[in-house]
Amino acid sequence: MIRVVLPVPLRTLAHAPEEVEVELEQGASVTLRAVLDGVEAAYPMLRGTIRDQATRKRRNFLRFFACGEDLSHEGLDLPLPEQIARGDEPLLVVAAIAGG
Amino acid sequence: MSNIRLLVGTQKGAFILSADGKRERWEVRGPFFAGWEIYHLKGSPAEPQRIWASQSSGWFGQVIQRSDDGGKTWESVGNEFHYDGVPGTHQWYDGTPHPWEFKRVWHLEPVPEDPDAVYAGVEDAALFLSRDGGGTWQELSGLREHGSGPHWQPGAGGMCLHTILLDPQSRQRMFIAISAAGAFRTEDGGTSWQAINHGLHSDMMPDPEAEVGHCVHRIAMHRSRPDVLFMQKHWDVMRSDDAGDSWREVSGNLPSDFGFAIDVHAHEPETVYVVPIKSDSEHYPPDGKLRVYRSRTGGEEWEPLSRGLPQENCYVNVLRGALSVDSLDPCGIYFGTTGGQVYASRDGGDSWNAIVRDLPRVLSVEVQTL
Repeated sequence: MIRVVLPVPLRTLAHAPEEVEVELEQGASVTLRAVLDGVEAAYPMLRGTIRDQATRKRRNFLRFFACGEDLSHEGLDLPLPEQIARGDEPLLVVAAIAGG
Repeated sequence: MSNIRLLVGTQKGAFILSADGKRERWEVRGPFFAGWEIYHLKGSPAEPQRIWASQSSGWFGQVIQRSDDGGKTWESVGNEFHYDGVPGTHQWYDGTPHPWEFKRVWHLEPVPEDPDAVYAGVEDAALFLSRDGGGTWQELSGLREHGSGPHWQPGAGGMCLHTILLDPQSRQRMFIAISAAGAFRTEDGGTSWQAINHGLHSDMMPDPEAEVGHCVHRIAMHRSRPDVLFMQKHWDVMRSDDAGDSWREVSGNLPSDFGFAIDVHAHEPETVYVVPIKSDSEHYPPDGKLRVYRSRTGGEEWEPLSRGLPQENCYVNVLRGALSVDSLDPCGIYFGTTGGQVYASRDGGDSWNAIVRDLPRVLSVEVQTL
């Protein structure tokens, strides 16, 4: 079970708890893409809110952190750290502090 | 007795203001979608308990919400707005080509006789239609591919399609407006479009009378006379008596002909309302006095309406989508300000009261007469 922490506005939109859980198929690579696909499958209302609907790229004001590392600029197909894959640590989806 | 429901979109959520037909006591519900920008909400004439909302955010993009119980509960529906083909470029502020990119939905216009059909006007400017209750959206790309698209450019708020008027007498005909391209009309349900900007004069353009490039802020019509259109342009209040084929200025004695909002009285097709704003760099009322102006002559002659509105130290703006009328008699007029006030008049504008004073910046106000 992979744990994902969502920013507050997305929790509200999805009626989801602070931390959601994603289960990937056995043997599937634990990548950012696979985890985000899993989040969107479980919460379809989040489609387009983390990745742009047209380009499928990360939205500019969001970042991804895992085990203290910023993975925002890594490829979506990069395998996530083992601690994330095991569920020991959550993947963090973080919204920029950008005023407003 | 009829009831009135105001659908108020703000920079930090949506609010629903309800009253009975006396329009004296108001119930305020919200915020819905707290923290998100709600550019527009609109109820379906075919099924008034169905309300559409455009929810967006600089962080999280576009979401479309639908309620089927008058706003008590909401469901997010489809939010994929893909331009047909390769959308090409429009002009950027400096005149250079800039790729078309979807940013947000400015306006939702339900089809009156079909609760599952709704148009969406978006930034970067294009028109979309859903026929399945918001599940999927298809672009009516004949508008964007009108041929003048490479010459369209954004106004200060972005290159937005912000106004959709459906002709109540001919479902194949509709009018839309884009900042800063101008007004367009279709006679075939959105397949092909004609620019309808003849008579507009915009000094800020290299050719002030060019076919496109005009910063049209809003157009309005009375449902009994769809050939008569009123326009608040960036500067100038305009009128057309031939469905937009030609326009003439009717700013008359307004203290400023800059503004955003314009609407028409529900029962008097020649009675028009605007809210003059000082200038394009000073987005507040002239002299710090918030005044709606009413013309009972279809323009040219305007009277200030100020009873109940702040007449000193008022420096709010009234945005293009934030003025609406109900269909009771006497006609109710409503508008929201960037200072968070929503004002109501139960007597066609003669006097005003604030329903609420401290909402977030109001982006849009729509009325449902139930």
